[in-house]
This record gives sequence, C-alpha cells and structure tokens, in this order.
Amino acid sequence: MNRRIDIALTVNGERVARSVDTRLHLVDFLRTELGLTGAHTACEHGVCGACTVRVDGEPVRGCLVLAASLDGAVVETIEGLSDSGEIRDLQEAFVARNAAQCGYCTPGMLVTAADILTQAPNASREEIREHISGNYCRCTGYQAIVDAVEDTLKARRTREAVR
Amino acid sequence: MKWPAMGYARVESLDELWRVLDAAGPEAQILAGGQSLLATLSFRLSEPSGLVDITRIAALRGVSVAGSILRIGALTRHADLGRDPLVAAHAPILAAAAPLIAHPAIRNRGTIGGSLALADPAAELPACVVALDATIVIASKGGERRVPATDFFQGLFSTDLQPGEIIAAVEVPMATPASRQTIVEVTRRSGDYAMAGLAAVLSMQANGQVEAARLVYFGVGSGAEIARGASAALAGRRLDGTSIAAAKAALADDLDPPGDLHGGPELKRHLARVLTGRALSSFLAPAEQAA
Ligand SMILES: Cc1cc2nc3c(=O)[nH]c(=O)nc-3n(C[C@H](O)[C@H](O)[C@H](O)COP(=O)(O)OP(=O)(O)OC[C@H]3O[C@@H](n4cnc5c(N)ncnc54)[C@H](O)[C@@H]3O)c2cc1C
Ligand code: FES
Ligand code: FES
Repeated sequence: MNRRIDIALTVNGERVARSVDTRLHLVDFLRTELGLTGAHTACEHGVCGACTVRVDGEPVRGCLVLAASLDGAVVETIEGLSDSGEIRDLQEAFVARNAAQCGYCTPGMLVTAADILTQAPNASREEIREHISGNYCRCTGYQAIVDAVEDTLKARRTREAVR
Repeated sequence: MKWPAMGYARVESLDELWRVLDAAGPEAQILAGGQSLLATLSFRLSEPSGLVDITRIAALRGVSVAGSILRIGALTRHADLGRDPLVAAHAPILAAAAPLIAHPAIRNRGTIGGSLALADPAAELPACVVALDATIVIASKGGERRVPATDFFQGLFSTDLQPGEIIAAVEVPMATPASRQTIVEVTRRSGDYAMAGLAAVLSMQANGQVEAARLVYFGVGSGAEIARGASAALAGRRLDGTSIAAAKAALADDLDPPGDLHGGPELKRHLARVLTGRALSSFLAPAEQAA
C-alpha cells in the first residue's frame, strides 16, 4: 500500500494538487502544505473542536480526516469563510460581545456556529448551546459566544422579515 | 499524538475491496468515517499497516425500503440517520439516536457500519439495532450472509465479523402502527458516551396492552444488553405504573453493571431504573403520564 498519494482538491475556492504523506491529517495538510493556519489542533482525537473546518459543505473534525482521502473534495477553512464575507456579521458579533479571549478556539467555534446560522435559523439559546457543545473554550465560559450567535441569528431573522 | 506511518488505499467497488484486502494482509484495517479508528491511532492504540478507505463504494450507500424491511447501507452517516425521511418514518428510534451521538462535526462523518463494527458498549446504535431485532448484512469475497443483531454482538468491542468480512448494510423490520420506540440516556455532558442508556421497542395493542417488549441497555455492561426479565415483565400486561414498576424491579436480575469512571454498579443500576421509568412512561397517554 502507498505511503504517499497524489490528491487534487479545492481549498477556499482554489484548486490545489499535492502529493501527501498518508499519515497526514487535514489540519496539518492545511497548515504545513498550504500555510492556512486558522484551523488549530489541540487534542488531535476529536474531542475539542479547535480543528473544525468544512468539507463538502459540512463541518468536520480536521484532525479526524486523512488528507489522503480528500481527492476531489471541497474544503473551506476560516480563512475562506472570512474572505467570502459569509460570516462577517457573526465575526462582528463575536467582537461586540467579547466572545474571543485567547482566540484559540475561535476559528473552530465560528465554523461550527456558521452551520447553525444556515441549518437552524430559528435555533433557541438551548439549541445554540447544544450545537456548539463539541467545541471547547477555556476562556470565555461560553456565555459571550452564545450571546454572539444568538445576536447574529436574531439580526438575520429581522433582515429576512424586512426583505 | 501524530498517527503512525501507514499505507492508504481507496477502493471504488466491492470487487476492488476484496482484491486490495487480499493483497494488504491481516494488518490492514477498513476505514469508514474514521471517527473512532483515527482517534485510536492518535493514541497509538493500534498501528495498522494500512487503511482501506471504503467510503466511495456505492453499493454500501443509501437507505431503501423493500417489502416490510428498511435497508440502511453501512456508509449511512449519523447525520443522515437523523434527517432521512425513510428512517424517521420506519425506524424512528434511529432518527432519535443520531443527535445523541457525539457532536455535529463527528456525526457528519461517522457511519452506522463503523459504529456497529466497533461495538462500543456505551454506543447508541448497537443497542438500537438489537432492540429493533435487526439483521446485519455481512459481505465478503464469498458473498453475503445475514446475522441477527443479537448474535452479531459478542461482547466488549467484539462481533461476529471474520477477517475479510465487512458490514454491507443493516436490515430493520419496519415500524407498524403498534410500534413504540424510544431511546434515552444519561451523559455527563451533551455528546458524551452514555453513563447509562436504554433503547426500548414495544408493540402495543390499541387497549394499552403490551404485546412484546425489547428493552436494551447500553453503557451498563460489555455491550448492548437485552433485559430479558424486564422485557418479559411487560409482555401481555397493560402498560401502567404497576407494570413499569415490575419491569424496573426485574432489572436487578437482568443487569450486572461493572463499575467505571462514572461510578459503581449500584449507580448504574439506579440510572437504568430511572431511564426505564422515563422511556416507558413516554408511551403512556398524556393523562396517565401526569398521574
Ligand atoms: C469525541 C467523540 C465522541 C463520540 N461520541 C460517541 C457517542 O456518544 N456514541 C457513539 O456511538 N459513538 C461516539 N463516537 C464514535 C463515532 O460515533 C464513530 O463515528 C463510530 O463509532 C465509528 O464509525 P466510523 O464510521 O467513524 O468508523 P471508523 O472509525 O472508520 O471505524 C471504526 C471500526 O469499524 C471498522 N469498520 C468501519 N466500517 C466498517 C464496515 N462497514 N464493516 C466492517 N468494519 C468496519 C473499522 O475498521 C474500525 O475498526 C464518538 C467519537 C468521537 C471522536
Ligand atoms: S484537535 Fe481536532 S478535535 Fe481537538
Ligand atoms: S477564547 Fe480561549 S479557548 Fe476559547
């Protein structure tokens, strides 16, 4: 069996092709091969959520995905979500609510929260808590993060209603 | 920790899988969602020579109905179980189990086949398929064989799967108007493995009498544990406070939970009794629930 494999995928809208070591996980691929250092690793076994990125439109644990398995995939990182403007309101709410302190968990938190904004636009506070419960934050006590996500959901609902 | 050096091969069909498995030898492992396997590699709990990625095999995908059977492909992800209309209509307990498994990002990759093959004693899906009296469809180079879920699980992380075999699908008898299905659990935090859990499947007559019951506990033993005494205590009786109390009492002989990080056997027995009350009273008419 091969220890290296060629993959071609789309990352933040750009085609990339690389030969990768088969033991490399997605976050190390993003950081070391592509210089995209937004996604962090902390636990590297699926528990903390710091590594959360999007694959084919859905949030996944970047530390539990083999880069080698991603031939043909579409990957979006926090850099891509920021640049596209998709979550500008969410990011502004994080700043306004002081929902980031050291910021280590923030990229994963934003990717996870972005998912609620589209999947569950009417999510309650409880549902927001449940949805982000797989993302650990050592600093904020979560209160400010839940506030920021809730503000964003409310603002988006209001904008929808006006439209 | 970083994963050990290992090979990787992606296969597109079952024929190709059998060829690659033959060539790779017994040290190679099947990779489905990777949400358990890759996590154990991070702990260096195992060092497979290589991983054979089955996620592109179309024959292992999809949910379909044939006659009175719901067939769920092994690659059906937890997130799919939670939103598939066929699953919601014909095996509601599986739809209800999905949100109890880990967190959204993990449910987007973890598969039912991987969960059943792993046979974690605290996992939701093995208990559900035992409670549903489902059949595991196993494929190998030699063809397919079908094993009742009750026989498939053989203990702690151990199943009837032989080398060279994979789970292809699960076949579930479809819910009827008489079926009542629910899953309940106690966890320390949302998304954690259960400290104790119960998958309950009953068939009930219109007059409130229980025709048959399968109460299957998880997180309280070496696997999905059918509580035969508690299930029998309900069969043929009206579901009410008295029969629920009888089922709870019967658990003393059904369960022999080992202590674990969460607590000792008596804590687990207590939780099992509490869950029994919660699950069964959810099947009562609202007026009786309040009583
Ligand atoms: C933080 C965290 C929390 C979790 N919490 C829970 C939880 O609360 N409840 C729960 O049930 N699970 C939980 N899980 C595990 C998760 O549900 C896994 O997705 C699942 O147990 C394994 O499925 P998989 O497809 O990812 O399998 P993989 O990890 O790819 O494989 C697991 C094992 O099954 C074998 N395998 C996979 N597919 C097949 C097949 N079709 N035929 C034969 N063998 C196969 C593999 O070779 C391997 O040995 C958690 C995981 C993490 C990381
Ligand atoms: S680094 Fe991936 S979940 Fe912690
Ligand atoms: S802001 Fe520091 S870990 Fe969340």
